[in-house]
Amino acid sequence: MSNSTNSHEHNDHTPTGWRRFAYSTNHKDIGTMYLIFAIVAGIIGAGMSVLFRMELSEPGSQILGGDHQMYNVLVTAHGLIMIFFMVMPAMIGGFGNWIVPLMIGAPDMAFPRMNNISFWLLVPSFLLLLASPFVEGPAGSDGVGGGWTLYAPLSATTPGPAVDLAIFSLHLAGASSILGAANFITTILNMRTPGMTLHKMPLFVWSILVTAFLLLLSLPVLAGAITMLLTDRNFGTTFFNPAGGGDPILFQHLFWFFGHPEVYILILPGFGIVSQVVSTFSRKPVFGYLGMAYAMVSIGVVGFIVWAHHMYTVGLDVDTKAYFTAATMVIAVPTGIKIFSWIATMWGGSIEFKTPMLWSIGFIFLFTVGGVTGVVLANAGVDTALHDTYYVVAHFHYVLSLGAVFAIFAGFYYWLPKMCGRQYPETLGKLHFWITFIGVNIVFFPQHFLGLAGMPRRIPDYPDAYAGWNQISSYGSYLSAFGVLVFLYILYKTFTSGQKVAENPWGEGATTLEWTLSSPPPFHSYDELPKVK
Amino acid sequence: MRFNRIISAVVLNILGLSSGLMITGASASSAVPWQKDFQPAVTSVMEDVHEFHDLLLVIITLITVFVLALLLYTMWKFSAKRNPVPSKTTHHATLEMAWTIVPVIILVVIAVPSFKLLYKADVLPKVDMTIKAIGNQWNWGYEYPDHGNFSFVANMIGESDLKQWAKENKIKNPKRLLETDAEVVVPVNTNVRVQVTSNDVLHAWAVPAFGVKIDAVPGRLNQTWFNVKKMGIYYGQCSELCGQNHGFMPIKVRVVSKSEFANWVTAQRAAAGLEPLKQKRREVAKLNNSPR
Repeated sequence: MSNSTNSHEHNDHTPTGWRRFAYSTNHKDIGTMYLIFAIVAGIIGAGMSVLFRMELSEPGSQILGGDHQMYNVLVTAHGLIMIFFMVMPAMIGGFGNWIVPLMIGAPDMAFPRMNNISFWLLVPSFLLLLASPFVEGPAGSDGVGGGWTLYAPLSATTPGPAVDLAIFSLHLAGASSILGAANFITTILNMRTPGMTLHKMPLFVWSILVTAFLLLLSLPVLAGAITMLLTDRNFGTTFFNPAGGGDPILFQHLFWFFGHPEVYILILPGFGIVSQVVSTFSRKPVFGYLGMAYAMVSIGVVGFIVWAHHMYTVGLDVDTKAYFTAATMVIAVPTGIKIFSWIATMWGGSIEFKTPMLWSIGFIFLFTVGGVTGVVLANAGVDTALHDTYYVVAHFHYVLSLGAVFAIFAGFYYWLPKMCGRQYPETLGKLHFWITFIGVNIVFFPQHFLGLAGMPRRIPDYPDAYAGWNQISSYGSYLSAFGVLVFLYILYKTFTSGQKVAENPWGEGATTLEWTLSSPPPFHSYDELPKVK
Repeated sequence: MRFNRIISAVVLNILGLSSGLMITGASASSAVPWQKDFQPAVTSVMEDVHEFHDLLLVIITLITVFVLALLLYTMWKFSAKRNPVPSKTTHHATLEMAWTIVPVIILVVIAVPSFKLLYKADVLPKVDMTIKAIGNQWNWGYEYPDHGNFSFVANMIGESDLKQWAKENKIKNPKRLLETDAEVVVPVNTNVRVQVTSNDVLHAWAVPAFGVKIDAVPGRLNQTWFNVKKMGIYYGQCSELCGQNHGFMPIKVRVVSKSEFANWVTAQRAAAGLEPLKQKRREVAKLNNSPR
């Protein structure tokens, strides 16, 4: 197979040097750039979290010297970076670009140049966000400290250009994602190889398709909301200012109409990755394929009508809260179908516990923990006690930090040999998993207790009673940070001394099309469209 | 329901959590070191939150343990060593129906008490008095509209002043970041309505022991209520990010007997230069009844 593709080497249209990447229209090169971008952003975002965990390790002022604005800036930037510059670029831009065309047997993405601009918009976007802490914010201090939600009126009334930079950053990131989403939808709907019907597509492709629709429908609403915020700040409009007939709660409705689909955007590609990995290492096809695909579709659809469960304490009408409670709980059903189908895929299989499989099994369990606390929070009656406490922080880190990130690592170790042609060191990979698994659980499990006991989110110092669990949580964060170092060492080892691999290092369980190509695949993946029975 | 209680007690014991329904001991209520559960409830709404959360905790613990056990068993039973030849099963209609329908049933079981609690907590009963809390960057202003509309502002006692303040007020163990220079005083066993708004950005008025949390939104008047069963001092903190000193605008509520409350009101009115309460009421009534 690799021989036949290599003999058709295209020497034309194969730019070299920096042009190969800067001008790239190749889905694999763009995917690689997205992954590198995500790793860099992830290190910065994780570094920030270690900083504020150090600040929170004991009561009183620790390393930030009582600079509360600095604390808020770190928390805000951590949230924005992890969401827009780490998870999304890794899953959609990275694995989506790299793997989707290979899986559906397409020669490249539908709009290769749009793919290029979609990546390169992200770089200035990130730079704008990174610049914001260094320009003037609220009186006498710098940066954006309004939280990743940028709620008005705090973000609308904070003087200085810092918030404007963050808004422009989100505009660019949003434009980048909308372009990417249009590209994926077109590619997946039009460029599947003959025989690859929608119902034969691998679940990862399904997950990216659903994600792309969510992006396309939700991001324009965010763009509108933050543009209104921008004009409120600079051009005297009063969309969110009650003094001019506006309403601060309107911003929250608009934000969460985007924000809730956004959290599914972060996790759906993870569902796809885990499905591929579990099936491969159990050497069994995915159990209940159609149920799995349509569970993702229904999560995507229902995800658009549950947004106000983030707003139970803003003073919604009680019947409205009752509706959002009911609608939110409905999401537990398709999520349950996915969890049980993964276990059923493993059931009767012949399971090999390679690193990607460990991350996936870790994902299934930890996502369940995050999912059930989500069911608790769905109930408006209980959420009154838990809203804006550390319980919420624990919940969304269990589904994102321990869910989405575990899925990213599962996908990374799964496709790394395909992407670079070299195998990662297996023992170190497993070590990385165990350090991270233990570390993040120590960080986030005690935060449930803090939340139940009433500790509010986003406070730079806390009453002394919360000291114990906070200290434990901070220790976990140091251990997790050590895990990141192990990961970087694994990357170094893989690229310097990793064993070269053939087309398919995973054996008969890996049945999708990318494993029929050489590792790494040739610059132009398919010279002839592969046939699917 | 009794069966439910028994399972609940067993699971909660295993988890090392006592049922939140017990109200015992201390009169000052804030979190204690290594606390793993809600603060003790002192309103019937918060008691219901405890009870409902206990039910939820049992359900979610059982689900999590079930999934974990299933995962571990599958990993053990179907490892490549023990099961070298994988099966080819990819469908099982009954099983798929089951794991769709059973969660639906569980959710319905959750939904019934959930809605009961929601409507109880949210729909105001006949209220006996009203207080108003106004969020500012970074303190809370309070008004007592039913008692002559006297008002005051409650600022946090800063860390540097805490010892001195405690000495002056003869307080043994002042709570860092929770003490304020003025207390919200309300009578025990009284339906108190809290109206909440803000002068600048979003804040949230929250007292965990009451089960109360409501956002302070400029341009809006939100309301909630509580009826505290037990006298004492209760603490809360601003629960919506409001800028640099978000972590430093606590809420301190002192719940006293009705007669003590009357005395406190009289003192506050005197300090504000208002007439005694009764006379004022009569005047208001006269005004309302007089023809225009």
